[in-house]
Amino acid sequence: MLRQAIENLGNRTIQGIWRMGFAVRFFVTILLHSGTAFSRFGLTIRELYFSGVLSLIIILVSGLFVGMVLGLQGYETLQTYGAEESLGILVALSLVRELGPVVAALLFASRAGSAITAEIGLMKATEQLSAMEMMAIDPIARVVAPRFWAGVISMPLLAALFSAMGIFGGYLVGVQLIGVDEGAFWSQMQNAVDFERDILNGVIKSVVFGVAITAIALFEGYDAPPTAEGVSGATTRTVVTSSLAVLALDFVLTAFMFRGLN
Amino acid sequence: MQNDNLVEIEQLAFGYGSRAILKSINLTAKRGQVVAIMGNSGCGKTTLLRLIGGQLKPNQGVVRVAGEAVGELDQAGLYRLRRKMGMLFQFGALFTDMSVFDNVAFQLREHTDLPEDAIRDLVLMKLHAVGLRGAAQLMPGELSGGMARRVALARAIALEPMLVLYDEPFAGLDPIALGVTGNLIRRLTDTLGLTSIVVTHDIHESLKIVDYIYFIADGVIVAEGTADEIRASGLPFVHQFVQGEADGPVPFHYPAPPYADDLRLGGRGA
Repeated sequence: MLRQAIENLGNRTIQGIWRMGFAVRFFVTILLHSGTAFSRFGLTIRELYFSGVLSLIIILVSGLFVGMVLGLQGYETLQTYGAEESLGILVALSLVRELGPVVAALLFASRAGSAITAEIGLMKATEQLSAMEMMAIDPIARVVAPRFWAGVISMPLLAALFSAMGIFGGYLVGVQLIGVDEGAFWSQMQNAVDFERDILNGVIKSVVFGVAITAIALFEGYDAPPTAEGVSGATTRTVVTSSLAVLALDFVLTAFMFRGLN
Repeated sequence: MQNDNLVEIEQLAFGYGSRAILKSINLTAKRGQVVAIMGNSGCGKTTLLRLIGGQLKPNQGVVRVAGEAVGELDQAGLYRLRRKMGMLFQFGALFTDMSVFDNVAFQLREHTDLPEDAIRDLVLMKLHAVGLRGAAQLMPGELSGGMARRVALARAIALEPMLVLYDEPFAGLDPIALGVTGNLIRRLTDTLGLTSIVVTHDIHESLKIVDYIYFIADGVIVAEGTADEIRASGLPFVHQFVQGEADGPVPFHYPAPPYADDLRLGGRGA
């Protein structure tokens, strides 16, 4: 009984390490086969539409609501200290540093990451990737790499739009609804938000999240067993793994970027 | 001098881990022939096709296509050879996000610099050859199984290959589609001067169109011959296969302990 349990644990560990090694190799292969994604940029633009443009609605609407909630909650807290005119700073910093990149990435993982995994997994299950190989066309270069770069490009753009909509939501609630001074809202925000420290770091975060989510989604799809259960399991793993990866990476990046500041 | 055999397989062995699928296969396909590889489900027919196409590498032995050892080629060499090969997958494997026209045009656009006008004409010619010129603008989801198979066939011959591999081309087809597909394989082989290797378990359709048949069982070739030789064969395995008998050299039951033991009937009489 105990021996069996230890054997199972050992097997799972070996399989896990093997799979991780395969994932790293897969990631390196994507990078090495990325030439087509740029020399035939039309392929990448097509994928930008599917993973970026089609994610716009959920990103914009979510950004608006998150910003509106920030406006309400922020005002409640700030007015205790008579600092309600600093609402612009609170909304903007929260969004560009953290909520923009992180929440947009979580939404991107659910909306685009799962779609990428399902598509690649089904292409594998229906032998479309094998057919491509038999036509002497490298599926990594033709199918996988354009999707990867489309994800990496669209993630920071979506995060920026999320933050912009969030700030607009905060403005609607804080200024238009509650009556915080409009001039103070915008001018304090302008003074407090630093391009390099806040905006650029947010962009770097969202690029890293884009790499992680898209690479995980593509790997899970490519590695999915060619069955209905296999593809559905891979889709679930994409959302869970990439969401956890985003949160863990966010902590690591934040620690490096903001430790000791202010 | 050009070798008469386009495909030569010698002492081929292949397995997954410790499970041997093919043990010692010797097989040739002459240029211009339709060769069938037959055997019951799970005997390694599709594996053999993948070894010929270079998607798998042999554990032992050699697979030669046009004189080149497929298992020893690097990716560039393999892709160079595959440009002269076509493969028809079991359910067509059409690209579901592209129309029928774009599916057939895919290889032409990827591998040639032909202008779009020329590609259009070539695609329509290939689709006309399989009787589906009128379906050019349909999406794969709008096709029946037989039509999808024919579109895949048009796609497989788009670059006029020297060798076409067919994985179960008759599976799941109605009798009309079955006859149409069989005739197309024979006609395209003759008119385009191809060599065709058909993996199938449809003995009756195969006997109508093939030049030579190999039977695989337990990882080895157990019988071979022309269609007439196979019909006249007295070998029990071939007889069972041709007659479609449930039991014989290929047992009906998967290996299992004695039935009475499984039902725990041993001690009840006592």
